[in-house]
Amino acid sequence: MDVLAYLIPVSLGLGALGLIGFLWTLRSDQYDDPDGDSERILRDDYDDKPAD
Amino acid sequence: MSSSDVHIGLSACPGCDATALATSQAAGQAQQGDREVALSLPTIHCAACISTVENGLLKLDGVSRVRVNLTRKRAVVHVGPDVDDDALTDALALLGYDAQPLDQATLSADQSNRAARDLLMRLGVAGFAMMNVMLLSVAVWSGASDATRDLFHWISAAIALPTILFAARPFYVNAWRALRVARLNMDVPITLAIVLASGMSLFEIANSGAHAYFDAALSLTFFLLAGRYLDQRTRTIARSAATELAALEAPTALRLTDGVPHTVTLAELAVGDMVLVRPGARMPVDGEIARGASELDRAFLTGESEPVLAQVGDAVRAGEINLTGPLDVRVTAVGKDTFLHELADLISVAEEAKSRYNSLADRAAAIYAPAVHLLAFAAFAMWMYLSGGDVRYALNIAVATLIITCPCALGLAVPAVSTVASGALFRAGLLVKHATALERLAEVDMVVFDKTGTLTLGKPKLLTGGDIAPLDMALAAALASSSSHPHSQAIARHAMDQSLPDVTVTDIKEQPGFGISGLWNGARVALGRADWVGVDGGGTTLAVTGRDPVSFTFEDRLRVGVEPLLRALQARGLPVKLLSGDTRANVEKFSSDMGLEDWHAGVLPDEKARILGELKHQGKRVLMVGDGLNDTAALAMAHVSIAPASALDATRVAADIVLVAPDVSRIKDALRIAASARKRILENFGVAACYNAIAIPIAFFGFATPLSAAIAMSTSSIIVSINALRTR
Repeated sequence: MDVLAYLIPVSLGLGALGLIGFLWTLRSDQYDDPDGDSERILRDDYDDKPAD
Repeated sequence: MSSSDVHIGLSACPGCDATALATSQAAGQAQQGDREVALSLPTIHCAACISTVENGLLKLDGVSRVRVNLTRKRAVVHVGPDVDDDALTDALALLGYDAQPLDQATLSADQSNRAARDLLMRLGVAGFAMMNVMLLSVAVWSGASDATRDLFHWISAAIALPTILFAARPFYVNAWRALRVARLNMDVPITLAIVLASGMSLFEIANSGAHAYFDAALSLTFFLLAGRYLDQRTRTIARSAATELAALEAPTALRLTDGVPHTVTLAELAVGDMVLVRPGARMPVDGEIARGASELDRAFLTGESEPVLAQVGDAVRAGEINLTGPLDVRVTAVGKDTFLHELADLISVAEEAKSRYNSLADRAAAIYAPAVHLLAFAAFAMWMYLSGGDVRYALNIAVATLIITCPCALGLAVPAVSTVASGALFRAGLLVKHATALERLAEVDMVVFDKTGTLTLGKPKLLTGGDIAPLDMALAAALASSSSHPHSQAIARHAMDQSLPDVTVTDIKEQPGFGISGLWNGARVALGRADWVGVDGGGTTLAVTGRDPVSFTFEDRLRVGVEPLLRALQARGLPVKLLSGDTRANVEKFSSDMGLEDWHAGVLPDEKARILGELKHQGKRVLMVGDGLNDTAALAMAHVSIAPASALDATRVAADIVLVAPDVSRIKDALRIAASARKRILENFGVAACYNAIAIPIAFFGFATPLSAAIAMSTSSIIVSINALRTR
């Protein structure tokens, strides 16, 4: 059962990664305008120049 | 609003990042001393609209950043200190979008937005903890033992305890609030279950016990937070849309100082001031006409569909619309003393009655909360007796009972259904403002309508158009096109679809309140009141020297969807009553056209409220639909009320539901959705009751394990949520 010593931290770490990701989306206002975001991705004036 | 700042750097969609970055670079970065302006954009709906608005505004001087929020139909603009709000709205008007600057003070909706985000964060944390603890619990359930089981339990405790302290805080706060005033609400048993379950589990694992309920405490928190979040979001959307409607009506007036008009807010006006009311504008105050003559549209106040002549010395009331000529009005009452405010008092009395309405959820909670406590306590007492005083064993069973009966399904049943139903209504063009409005709408057994402005538009349509000679029509149209009187506009609109001879009328003069005159090939032509143009008779008449006078008759235009709505109500077997302030002749004609038998004409505002009161007394549950200030008291008095968005703010405040769509037949969809929502809520209560009927005996007699609690809780929550989605 020594493998548990690795697997438990790994599984908790992956979960924590998901949580951090969620908190980041929340902080960056990604739930503020769901309708707008779904339309914005389809708009024509997509900028193909990389931002510097 | 910091949304636009953060969004530049971080976003889910690379396209928006790139465009936002590129455009803001093109226009330069935000300057020092910039201010934020929030604009309401009620007509935006697509990706092209976002681009047009954002790029169009960025072209203006002094605008450094624009961010459109499509969900809330707003734009936040960062502008330099010397840029006027009007410049922004004018630019948008050129692009084809109606825009109104929003008063930052009325935008308190941001606060509830923060509350929603706070709940979402707690929900996320609870979800993370629940999944991890559940994984560890699966290992325990499938047979981990001894040291491994203890290790897993301790890791679970390490995750669960901080999470429960943080994520379940809204429940503790609410429970404490209720207990402090010696009352029980749903949050009391929830808090008790969460705290007792984790406390007991901690004690158990310290003694190497077999059962820990951390996963149950966490999934309870998670499911209930989900219900709370849905509830909060539904209410925020409705409230922010309602604030937006209110913010669109900025209460200002044009005050005359030494004959020069200045825009002032209503609060700055005093009795005795002179205000200028331009044609097309609404009376801001109660007053008396000091100069000028015009016609007034009183439909909002009295329900009359015909314009009324107004001359020097006549009294005017706030809310009337000035139609043809500019008027100087001497203020006789402001603020609290106006007719509008007297109505507001009437409303607040009726509102109080509405807030006493007991929703289904309240009624369920009133039975549920004491029952749960009694059951848990009974289980504890019974097992204390049976086990001969084994506190640990008895407490274990009491906690299991508390957890298993806990209102996962109840807490989700109502919010999930009302979220789905409000969403469906929102798409149908109806805004549910009041929390219990949907339930009350489902109970309706009679519908009362106002006429002018609700079933009809209060805008006349030319009725005799076909019988009038083309030359007369052309002359009338030439005169009418220069006036803003509703009859003139109706004539001009009618003439537009016809091929008429070309006529040139010169010297067109409008005498406000009476009519329009001009010269055609040297002959005088006049369109207006019959006595004014010099002809016997009544109504709007065209008189041309050397030709027979022609009289025009008008009829009020119907709102879209009136006939389907009335037919649908008839099919549902709902009696329909018409209460109108309009003249008997008008109402009689309308009713016979529509096949309505139950109608009252010339009804005064307090009479409307009295009739509604009588119906209520007879035990009728009335849906009142009206738009005028004269309907306001009746709207507040009715069991549930709907006002179209074209109504004044005071009227919309009194109504439970606002009809945003122009199509009045959406009301029948609202009735259907409300009935369906009520059915789903009752079904969900049924599911919860069945689940409890099975689970409680199992827990009570000591057969419940953490595994069975977890399965039962999740299953009932999922069934309830899926059932909620069937609301249509």
